[in-house]
Amino acid sequence: MQENEQQGPSNQGRRSFLKRGTALATLAAMPPLLVKAGEKDEALSAYFEQVPLNIEINGKPYALSVEPRTTLLDLLREQLGLTGTKKGCDHGQCGCCTVHVDGRRINSCLSLAIMNNGKKVTTIEGLADGDNLHPMQEAFMKHDGFQCGYCTPGQIMSAIACIKEGHANTAADIREYMSGNICRCGAYPNIVDAIMEVKQGGQPL
Amino acid sequence: MINFEYTKAPSTNAAIKARSSFAASQFIAGGTNLVDLMKRGVMAPERLIDITGLPLKDLGDGPAGLTIGALVPNSAVAEHPMVKAKYPLLAMALNAGASAQLRNMATVGGNLMQRTRCPYFYDTTMPCNKRTAGSGCSAMEGYNRMHAIFGASDACIAVHPSDMCVALAALDAVVHTSGPKGDRKIAFADFHRLPGNTPELDHNLQTGELITAVQVPANRYNKMYYLKVRDRLSYAFALVSVAVALEVSNNTIQSARLAMGGVAHKPWRLQAAEQLLVGKAATQANFAAAAELALEGAKTYQHNGYKVKLGKAAIIEALTKAMG
Repeated sequence: MQENEQQGPSNQGRRSFLKRGTALATLAAMPPLLVKAGEKDEALSAYFEQVPLNIEINGKPYALSVEPRTTLLDLLREQLGLTGTKKGCDHGQCGCCTVHVDGRRINSCLSLAIMNNGKKVTTIEGLADGDNLHPMQEAFMKHDGFQCGYCTPGQIMSAIACIKEGHANTAADIREYMSGNICRCGAYPNIVDAIMEVKQGGQPL
Repeated sequence: MINFEYTKAPSTNAAIKARSSFAASQFIAGGTNLVDLMKRGVMAPERLIDITGLPLKDLGDGPAGLTIGALVPNSAVAEHPMVKAKYPLLAMALNAGASAQLRNMATVGGNLMQRTRCPYFYDTTMPCNKRTAGSGCSAMEGYNRMHAIFGASDACIAVHPSDMCVALAALDAVVHTSGPKGDRKIAFADFHRLPGNTPELDHNLQTGELITAVQVPANRYNKMYYLKVRDRLSYAFALVSVAVALEVSNNTIQSARLAMGGVAHKPWRLQAAEQLLVGKAATQANFAAAAELALEGAKTYQHNGYKVKLGKAAIIEALTKAMG
């Protein structure tokens, strides 16, 4: 990266700033409890660097405060207790963490929560209407579209999007457009069957 | 991930100013590569400048060709009816890359800016000249099955991972940028760099310079194909890929554009093979001659010698498929 220009003294990052001696003066001016926290740079950053986040999840608005580094996945699971969305690889390679943001499927592990400010998120918890499961959930059960079930929330979220995008016209089409969701149990044939049935059923998704 | 400061740029000028006044900052849009690199500790910007609010989301076709705003998601380009009809090579290349979820997140500008997937670049316990200048190249004597056969140096044998960029190279795209020194138009061939002795530099953008759009000139190619050869049928990086754009009339090739992915530090244009094909009939013999010429000068390493044979076969197959 081209990062060799001089940094202006008036425009420093928190990390550069703390690396310099002036950080000690900052810490000295703080209450003892905070100084203790300040021994760990990351704890200090957490104290200072919460940013406001307004987000709608499964139809419910939230006014939250997050660290910039919090991913949408970690926000859902760790802060909001919505543990239906799974953390598989945490690097965008497995699709376990698939959710819909403003109606489009994404990998929530690679999306910073703060970058979803003002957006509408749907997770696996937002699909059922009370005890009435979503047609895709019903189809996965009927066709045994899983074994261990860990990838299933991501598979179902991806499958719904796959049909809505118009990419579920043939089995080959489904396999290609579902390739971002890995199933280590190998339930793929049954997943394809479930998606085909929902597509052919034509129910509103 | 090491924490960082976050700011959302209200305007293109503000974004450029914020980026150029603070060296340890980075632009972020889709974030599909940058967030991953930050999680792995390969990159550690102190401030992220979110550019997703900027008005760089238009896609339009005119007499000068197709113009795609830097923030248009890869999926929106790939699924656009006009792109599919008039620039099918671009749509094919985009759909060959990543997964449906990632294509919804990743932007056109970010696709150009993504970094190599060389495993040694990602492994912070291993030397890598691209990650830490002067630390050495682990791939040179390591497991270099995925690595370059063209344009590499003693410092780096990594390849550029993009599919879209291979199509853009074949289509002579132009990258529009804005920066502290004004606006620029960069020919696609001049955008990415070969590693030389500065493999830490992937491209020729100045600090603070922002991609605003990619333009694909209007063309008369009537035979196009993007062939990607990989370890599994979908959702894997290319071992080799070939973009073909031909203008053919009466079974004679009037003009040809060929580019390869997975073989160099940047999308690799096959200009000698293009010239060989012009004026020739679209026959298997001519395709084979072009493929032979295209792979001349390839330099292989311990584990990637297969790319020469695979590359030739892929060129012939892509040309054949393009002709339908």
